[in-house]
Amino acid sequence: MKILVVEDDRETAGYLTKALNESGYTVDCANDGREGLFLASSGDYNAIIVDRMLPSLDGLMVLGALRAAEIRTPALILSALGSVDDRVKGLRAGGDDYLVKPFAFSELLARLEALLRRGTGPTTATKLRVADLELDLLTRTVKRAGKPIEVLPREFRLLECLMRNAGHVVTRTMLLEHVWDYHFDPQTNVIDVHVSRLRQKIDKSFDHPLLHTVRGAGYCLRAPE
Amino acid sequence: MFVEKLRVPALRSRSAPQILGSARRLVRTHVFRLAALYFLVFAVSVLGVLLFVYWTSANFVEQQTEATLDAEITGLAEQYAQRGLSGLIQIVAARSAGDRGDAMVYLVTDPDGKPLAGNIAGWPAGVPTHSAWLSFALERSINGRLETHPARGRLFIIPGGYRLLVGRDISDAAAFRSQVRSTLLWAGLIALCVGLVGGTMTGRNLLRRVEQVNRTSERVMAGNLSDRVPLHGTNDEFDQLAANLNRMLDQIERLMTAMREVTDDVAHDLKTPLSRLRARLERALAEPSAGSTQSEAIRAAIDEADRLLATFNALLSIAELESGAHGDQTEPLDLSEIARSAAELYEPVAEEKGFVLAVMAEPGVTIRGDRHLLSQALANLLDNALKYGRGGKIEISVYRRDRQAFVEVADQGPGIPQEDRETVLDRFVRLEPSRTTPGNGLGLSLVRAIARRHGGSVALEDNRPGLRVRLEFTGLAV
Repeated sequence: MKILVVEDDRETAGYLTKALNESGYTVDCANDGREGLFLASSGDYNAIIVDRMLPSLDGLMVLGALRAAEIRTPALILSALGSVDDRVKGLRAGGDDYLVKPFAFSELLARLEALLRRGTGPTTATKLRVADLELDLLTRTVKRAGKPIEVLPREFRLLECLMRNAGHVVTRTMLLEHVWDYHFDPQTNVIDVHVSRLRQKIDKSFDHPLLHTVRGAGYCLRAPE
Repeated sequence: MFVEKLRVPALRSRSAPQILGSARRLVRTHVFRLAALYFLVFAVSVLGVLLFVYWTSANFVEQQTEATLDAEITGLAEQYAQRGLSGLIQIVAARSAGDRGDAMVYLVTDPDGKPLAGNIAGWPAGVPTHSAWLSFALERSINGRLETHPARGRLFIIPGGYRLLVGRDISDAAAFRSQVRSTLLWAGLIALCVGLVGGTMTGRNLLRRVEQVNRTSERVMAGNLSDRVPLHGTNDEFDQLAANLNRMLDQIERLMTAMREVTDDVAHDLKTPLSRLRARLERALAEPSAGSTQSEAIRAAIDEADRLLATFNALLSIAELESGAHGDQTEPLDLSEIARSAAELYEPVAEEKGFVLAVMAEPGVTIRGDRHLLSQALANLLDNALKYGRGGKIEISVYRRDRQAFVEVADQGPGIPQEDRETVLDRFVRLEPSRTTPGNGLGLSLVRAIARRHGGSVALEDNRPGLRVRLEFTGLAV
């Protein structure tokens, strides 16, 4: 997996390169917008992480130029500008996800992985399956080991989000964004309680738990080894 | 004091270049130019009026002289017509006999110029020999002294070569004219002097008031924010200008003070968590090796850093909302829907903490606004209710009354004393009992900023027991 990081702050770029390398990615780094656009134009990256404020050509212009050239590499925008307005602008310019600085690396990694899967995974599937847990998007029903499980509509969406990212960490912020469309972090641990309720329903009466808490990062739904 | 002593003699003995310099400065002022222009217009009009007065009065005297002469000539012409030349000589002689005091001059001569009758000795020099109006110099003896007076008269050639001169000594008229001339000259001079002095005084007065404004502005710019432009109590344009400037300065001072307070608060409230963070990292560094206590300390430090970042983000959001820099994402929003969505998010955590969360929402209470911001305001209020309450009921209500929309969050917690309800909306204000609970004291400030952004307001009330926070929005969307 090859990732392009377009970031002018050398310390951040170095840190990202190192951390992504450790997570098993090959990383190329561009220090300004022009170089970033040049490298990205080759089209041989699996994903691009682009800072918004860059010298010579800003991040949104880089994305605009890439999208105009029909290059559809998934892109994650990193920015210190965090208002809803800024996000909307970023996503309209061709970004696929938007992460506000400062960020936790685990959050970045989780979002990057979600982006990489979005490009490849069969999004048209009507059923999602993790081990013996099954979610039917058409009938909106959940079954585990063939036994139907009653879930509330919001819990269904929560589970859907976790299952689409099965085997990978999903952060609380990602859940708030995708399931509730809330772009801020409440002070109360609202997500934890929702997840523990869901866990009660899908894991309680089964031997192997599927839904795990990843400390300091978020949650992960994965099949037992 | 010392400076004062130095400056006074310096002022007294100003050198020529200094005076020239200050004169040049004066000339450059708008007030001076305005005064000079008005003085010029004034001087020209005064001059015009005086010239007109002089001209009409001089003309009037001249016309009177000519009218007298004409009457005299008409009289003589009648005598001549009735009695011929001898009659004319007779009447001229009669009229010339005594000095009647009207300064008339008569002379009849034969064709050779020899006087036949009249009150002057001979033909004055320079008198032409044909009928005409003429001005001439007249030699008269007055009180035994011979004087030359200006005179005006008319010469007639009578058939047969005889000549008649009827004239009048016009020295009185000339004296009157010169009197008028000197009177008008003095009047003009006085008017111009008064104009000059008045103009200078008005100009200086204007200049002084403008100078006051300038000096105050300079002092304010130099950092003395409490300085104000003095008012004269006349309520004229300058007083109004000064009052407006003072109000503007009041506003600026208020904002500056508020900003300074916020900066102080920020510095103070961030110092505590930063020193905690530092202490934690120091302890982690002192740990013998990468053990579980060390990673525990680092994790705690990260949490602390996250809280700090959250505080910064909240501050930035408030600043952004208050400055109006936020792009308006307004759309018609169903407040009931937003309330239900927030309640749905918070319901499990409320239940776990022993609260009952209830929503009482009228359908279709719609305003124009930003869904994310309003959700955040509601989430902040729910965070607070959960944080400070100890169980009981939390009620979210959405309703409309007249043209206003209301969103209320009521809890049964400790509430906020009446006297603290206003201040608690300010940044970083955390009431004493809550100092120990986690939080940054920005939640309600953010709620207020969001409400104001939507043209609304926040009211805090007693829920008996507990706190009732009400967001009021004017202008329902249809």
